[in-house]
Amino acid sequence: MWVKNIVRFNVNARYYANCRAELVVGTIRGIEVRMKNNPTHNRIKSSAKNANGDKNGSGPLQPGTVAPNFELNSTPDQKVDLIHFRGRPVILAFYPADWSPVCGDQLALYNEILPDFNKYAAQLIGISVDGTWCHTAYAQNRQLHFPLLADFEPKGAVARMYGVYDDSVGECERALFVIDKDGIIRWSYVSPAGVNPGADGILRALESLDKKKELAHA
Amino acid sequence: MPVSDRRDHIQGPATAAVTLVEYGDYQCPYCGEAYGVLKKLMPKLGDSARLVFRNFPLTQIHPHAEHAAEAAEAANAQGKFWKMHDILYERQTALEDEDLVSYAGEIGLDVARFQAELFERKFIDRIREDFQSGVRSGVNGTPTFFINGRRHDGPFDLQTLSEAVMMAMNSGQEARPHKHHRPQA
Repeated sequence: MWVKNIVRFNVNARYYANCRAELVVGTIRGIEVRMKNNPTHNRIKSSAKNANGDKNGSGPLQPGTVAPNFELNSTPDQKVDLIHFRGRPVILAFYPADWSPVCGDQLALYNEILPDFNKYAAQLIGISVDGTWCHTAYAQNRQLHFPLLADFEPKGAVARMYGVYDDSVGECERALFVIDKDGIIRWSYVSPAGVNPGADGILRALESLDKKKELAHA
Repeated sequence: MPVSDRRDHIQGPATAAVTLVEYGDYQCPYCGEAYGVLKKLMPKLGDSARLVFRNFPLTQIHPHAEHAAEAAEAANAQGKFWKMHDILYERQTALEDEDLVSYAGEIGLDVARFQAELFERKFIDRIREDFQSGVRSGVNGTPTFFINGRRHDGPFDLQTLSEAVMMAMNSGQEARPHKHHRPQA
């Protein structure tokens, strides 16, 4: 069942995942966004075609969409709220699992180039369905200097909101989002299974944010 | 960054149909495996392929990688890049500074000069330039290979890599910059 309604921008992941009655549907800059009223399959659907063959038939939220807000634990006793980073760009890196070889390479690369992200004042955030204790051990082992958030309970709720949850394996897809300082998604990309996307796309997206900023000031 | 005869470390002729660029880290065990694979693969390919090595030290997980890369560059300054490159991969578990200096002696470098250049970090900018060019081209871990400008996303065992090189050879792809993951914004 699909219901048309107005779009709500600041959505709380926990609220969404627990919602039973309310559905949010609308159009954001030409992209239709719908939410199915099924507590076990809550997800935002985008009519924009996903060129990367998204596993669950929807697709990643597209550029121009307001990034849904969420709050997730980074450690057993610390929470990270997306809105807290408003005013600076945010890179969301959804990945399948801590300890898997491809994820390890991907996060090690990002860890290495944090100074490049810092040039754009961008905050990098990793998200997977692993729990906080697993994240803590993994981050310590790999000496990661950025937060890993646990999309753990309800499982994958945030990944579903962003259209990048893979139902068939119960993990996040390997997906990247660059969000600007106003909380708008400016670039999104889903990598094919098992392929580490690297960082070139992120850096180009950050660069183009900077250019837009310059133009706005010109 | 296009392959440059002047700047890059290259094994094989400029006329080769296939250029294999490796972004590597001397402390990375997978690069160590790839080293063994390339040692078998490159002679088989003869003049039809050339190998380019660029530095991609992941310093956060491999504390000796950057210094090892600097050692190879210091050896390059004395015309012995590949000798140092090979010895570093063959003895990946011994990459402390005193090891690097002893390898310099072993391959017949002017050790005093090597040491001075290593410790004044003379080649660090060049290594960072390699690294940045790799990041911008889509290097996503180590080792990352580009075959005629295209990132090789599969495994890098002898058979897979040979097949990928053969395919590039047969398709006659022109060397061109990697075009992947363009931002839609």
